[in-house]
Amino acid sequence: MSPAALLSQLLQLAIAMLLAPLLLGWVNQCRAWLQNKSAPSILLPYRLIRKLFHKDAVVAVNASPIFRITPYIVFAAMALAAAIVPSLATDLPFARVADAIALVGLFALARVFIALAAMDIGTAFGSMGARREMFVGFLAEPALLMVLFTASLISGSTSLPTIVDSLAHSEIAIYPSLAFAGVAFTMVSLAENARIPIDNPATHLELTMVHEAMLLEYSARHLALIEWASALKLFNYSCIGLALFFPFGIAEGSADWLAIIGATPVLIAKLAFGGFALALIETLSAKLRIFRAPEFLGTAFLLAVLGMLVNQLLGG
Amino acid sequence: MANVPLWAQLINLFAAVLLLLAFAMLAQRRVLTLIDLFAAQGFALACSTAIVAYATHQAHLYWSAGITLLLKVLLLPWLLHRLIRKLDVKWDVEGLINIPTTMLFGIVLVVFSFNLALPIAQLASTVSRATLGIAMASVMLSFLMMITRRKAIPQVIGFLSMENGLFFAATSATYGMPMVVELGIALDVLVAMLILGVFFFQIREQFDSLDLQHLEKLKESE
Repeated sequence: MSPAALLSQLLQLAIAMLLAPLLLGWVNQCRAWLQNKSAPSILLPYRLIRKLFHKDAVVAVNASPIFRITPYIVFAAMALAAAIVPSLATDLPFARVADAIALVGLFALARVFIALAAMDIGTAFGSMGARREMFVGFLAEPALLMVLFTASLISGSTSLPTIVDSLAHSEIAIYPSLAFAGVAFTMVSLAENARIPIDNPATHLELTMVHEAMLLEYSARHLALIEWASALKLFNYSCIGLALFFPFGIAEGSADWLAIIGATPVLIAKLAFGGFALALIETLSAKLRIFRAPEFLGTAFLLAVLGMLVNQLLGG
Repeated sequence: MANVPLWAQLINLFAAVLLLLAFAMLAQRRVLTLIDLFAAQGFALACSTAIVAYATHQAHLYWSAGITLLLKVLLLPWLLHRLIRKLDVKWDVEGLINIPTTMLFGIVLVVFSFNLALPIAQLASTVSRATLGIAMASVMLSFLMMITRRKAIPQVIGFLSMENGLFFAATSATYGMPMVVELGIALDVLVAMLILGVFFFQIREQFDSLDLQHLEKLKESE
């Protein structure tokens, strides 16, 4: 393990941890602009997390240990995912631990625990939210896997750094299959991050919420960790999307220090653009009924499968 | 992939976009968006034809790209929009089977036509021969759309987009048909559109609806 690789790993992890709430704030700000509202401060997520860390935690009397450890597991899973996804450089020592399939498993682990914790207290909203979350999750996961398989077919490996290396390294080559995978991935990440066509992140209206319903019983540092983990999840999904579909600017292979430092502003610019695109999608679309979710995610799955078929037909 | 020239990659990309739009049309519930998607498909077709023309130095393909642009991106969508405004039919598209099932059928059709096109494409000598499968798939998907839609306007859009697929098959397999044939087809599509527009008014006058199931009845009293 070279020092440059270690540096890129640590820098990437630190950037993910620190910038994830900023990305969330940026998306909220863009959305407010687009909807002609006065925008909240871009630093609002940081203030929220700091405020929550200073409060005293209240835990329901009948809560089991699962309820207490879930925030830590969810946060750890998202932090590990942030270490695996190549966003700055592709020479990541951590990334050898897990490939693309294990990454999907990591997201699933976080989902299972958060759903268990929501059902643990036994409130109606918690279990309703948990059921809906699993309902969305079991439809989104195969589509995400298919998207990653399409990228794997092109590069011949399921290891994320290898995929990104081969996509970023080849000369100007257009992969039509990635167009399908890109659309499918956008749909999946909207659903997975509780964004508008499936869930409204701004709502506290009990009957329509999915992600928020599961967090109702959490307070203080537990809630802070979960909020931070959701911001990290959005960051991770954005980074996966950028790495697969816009891999330019990333430090390839065993890069030197300068290349790694130089990749940082490129990443931030790409994330700013991606966040604006997300806000635009959210503004332009309306929330679907929950029973339309299978159709939405089924379409994502079919598009990802089509991507694989086109890959077979056109050879790339 | 890197040894294929850029223009061939661009043709492949537009072929993929064509297929993507065919699927989007299959999944679409609103008539107005359906027309916009049809216009977008026409635009992708015009672009890919222009690229084939540039790559193979065939001047007449520029003409057919121009005709496609004029007819399928501007004129036909405008006619359809006008028709919808006059008929005052902005309802959602009604399907005979629900949309997820239709999409599943669609994917089966894509697999079928990819397999069917594979041996044919090996006989062709053009660079863009691999896209023949995609062209066939979009023809099949438009067929499926015509079959599964209940109302008249989505069926007509399916018919028009099927012509898109056929046109794309012609350009990708043989670098386009003779100019006379292309002009004839373009005129045919335009005339068909006009006649079907008149038909819509007649059908609605008779049945107070554009639901084509009414046409299946033979007697008036039933």
